[in-house]
Amino acid sequence: MLRIHQVTKKYSSHLALNDVSLTVNEKCIFGLLGPNGAGKTSLIRIINQITGPDSGEVFFKGEKIAQKHVEKIGYLPEERGLYKKMSVGDQVLYLAQLKGLSRQEARKRAAVWFEKFEMAGWWKKKIEELSKGMQQKVQFIVTVIHEPELLILDEPFSGFDPINAQLIKNEILELKKNGATVIFSTHNMGSVEELCDNIALINQAQKILDGSVKEIRKTFKSNTYNISFKGQAMGFVNALWAGAEVINKRTEDGIHYYTIKALNNLQPNQLLQAVLPTCELLSFNEVIPSMNDIFIQKVNEGNANIQINNHFTE
Amino acid sequence: MSKIGLIIARELKSKLSNKTFIVMTILAPLLITGFVAFMIKMTQSEKTEQNVLVLDESKLFRDKLSGNDYVSLTYSNQKLEEAISQFYGKGFTCLLWISPTIVEGGAGATKLFYKKSPGFGFQIFLKDQMEKIIYESKLEANNINPDIIMNSKQNVRIMLEKVNDKGDTQEQGGFGIFGFLSGALMFVFIIMYGMMVFRSVMEEKTSRIVEVIVSSVKPFELMLGKILGVALLGIIQFAIMGIITFGLTTALSSIFLKDATSQLKVFEQQQELVKKNGTNVDLSKLEKFDDKLELFDLLQKIEKINFVEVFICFVLYFMFGYLFYSSIMAAIGSAVDSEADSQQFITPVMLPLMVGYFIATKTITDPDAASVFWASIIPFTSPIVMMSRISNGVPLWEIVLSLSVLFASFILMTWLASKIYRTGILMYGKKTSWREIGKWLFYK
Repeated sequence: MLRIHQVTKKYSSHLALNDVSLTVNEKCIFGLLGPNGAGKTSLIRIINQITGPDSGEVFFKGEKIAQKHVEKIGYLPEERGLYKKMSVGDQVLYLAQLKGLSRQEARKRAAVWFEKFEMAGWWKKKIEELSKGMQQKVQFIVTVIHEPELLILDEPFSGFDPINAQLIKNEILELKKNGATVIFSTHNMGSVEELCDNIALINQAQKILDGSVKEIRKTFKSNTYNISFKGQAMGFVNALWAGAEVINKRTEDGIHYYTIKALNNLQPNQLLQAVLPTCELLSFNEVIPSMNDIFIQKVNEGNANIQINNHFTE
Repeated sequence: MSKIGLIIARELKSKLSNKTFIVMTILAPLLITGFVAFMIKMTQSEKTEQNVLVLDESKLFRDKLSGNDYVSLTYSNQKLEEAISQFYGKGFTCLLWISPTIVEGGAGATKLFYKKSPGFGFQIFLKDQMEKIIYESKLEANNINPDIIMNSKQNVRIMLEKVNDKGDTQEQGGFGIFGFLSGALMFVFIIMYGMMVFRSVMEEKTSRIVEVIVSSVKPFELMLGKILGVALLGIIQFAIMGIITFGLTTALSSIFLKDATSQLKVFEQQQELVKKNGTNVDLSKLEKFDDKLELFDLLQKIEKINFVEVFICFVLYFMFGYLFYSSIMAAIGSAVDSEADSQQFITPVMLPLMVGYFIATKTITDPDAASVFWASIIPFTSPIVMMSRISNGVPLWEIVLSLSVLFASFILMTWLASKIYRTGILMYGKKTSWREIGKWLFYK
């Protein structure tokens, strides 16, 4: 659907993107992750053709991206904005027409969306009369009204209450089902795990990680398990002996909660066989790292590397 | 191109639905013509009836002061104190007291007592007569015949005629004030609409809508649409203001200047007659218009102005001059986050306009100075200065040269501005400097 090939973007004082390549597959939700100032917004603006790359190319469905593609893209920027003094209806029609819809078509679709979001009666209201959440709904509608094939959402849930956030989430999944591809930039790792099929992590202008969410989480597994049991903790630890190390432990109401890391490629079954005779086992499960943990780990690693590099170059 | 159309339409609609704009468009010409008419009315003679009791202790003015339709004079030999004490009982509106030493002058030699404040015109009416009487009495006292003095005075009127390279002469309008006014109008309009573009750009930037829009259209299209939208607005405003002003002045001048225009016709016919027949005409049979000569001069000058030329030039200079300055203003609007930050950029842009304005004032006294010529070629000042010259008659090649320079400069300026604009609209939080803007010109 979208292929970014060795894109580099430089501003006078700093490098915003350094040789970034990535591919977004059709009909998937793609998470574009990274700390503040990593270069996400620069990349999004290049995809939207708001700015151009210094070098590298962007391909939209195999074609080199061009002005005609803007009508196939919907963009919700992180900093939301609408004309304060313009009425909701005029605003929606205007922005939809700028995306290539005819006035009649825009009016028809707007009516459908207004119905869906329970916004009937807002048509003549000015934006400045609406609450922030209401403004966000209008903003979402103008992003999707032209039924874009590629949807770029920068922090789409900020400013929504949980109910409306759920509403938007469902709409995004609905759009995906109808064939849209979504690029999703956020800091909210919970929603990444919930929604995204693939991700790319950008830090310090470089892509440091990409792939499917499931695969990535699998790769970052570290043979760590949570175990809870009743009985003698001493016997349990002895049974583990050299096969695993205890990372964390606590005891509540006579129940022991241990987090252990299996060593020497010890399999869960072997581990269980070793400890079963010593205690009354209550639960056993593998710890799969959250995207949040992976994000923090990778970004810190990256920053440490850069510090080391800087150290050497000095 | 249809997207630019959408942008223009939105810009126009948002301004036209603004109540202040509508009120200003209609009110401004009403106020201005109303004010001018009021001023003209004020300078004409007072119409309040005055019944004046004259106590002339100098014995110089008795039966020599004359009244008119509104002013009647009564002479009395009463003492001043007595007259003042009885003043309220009688039907006089004013009491004019003239001291015996009036001829020697000095403050307080003449006093006017009143019940209701007498108008300025009425005071002048009395003063002029008194001065004339004193003047004549002094001449007489020195045995000089006042008629000799009167006959030695002659009004001089200079007619301007321009000689072109073929040796033809042409009477010139030579009406500096009118030229200056059109230059000043240009100054006001360029600033007004330039600021409108500036505000509109800044509004889109600060409300952050701009990022949504430039994901649909090119920044250049947005900027151009905005500038053209405001230009169209300006033309609509011109048209409305022009129609109202024209209607009002026609109506008002038909009321106030009716006599003057018909008298002017008689005057011109008499001039023709004198020209044809030389001194054979019996001058004493002609109507005399000595006191109207200045007004006639003004009316003749207005008649000589080539309004079509002036109007066409005004529209052309406004269009190009506005496009030139408004692209600068759009660039500035894109570079700043708030109006407070904008001063350091706007001031240097205003400066050449100010200079143009001051050079335009110079065209009244010295329309062919070198500085005036150059200022009417250089694009920063040419719209204002050339407009102030145009009613004086400017060679066509100068107008063509000046317009071509202005046109080329506006193309260049729009191109530069668009480079600043597309970077500026997406820059937030940083205080922009001239240096920074310079760098934006080279971004890809």
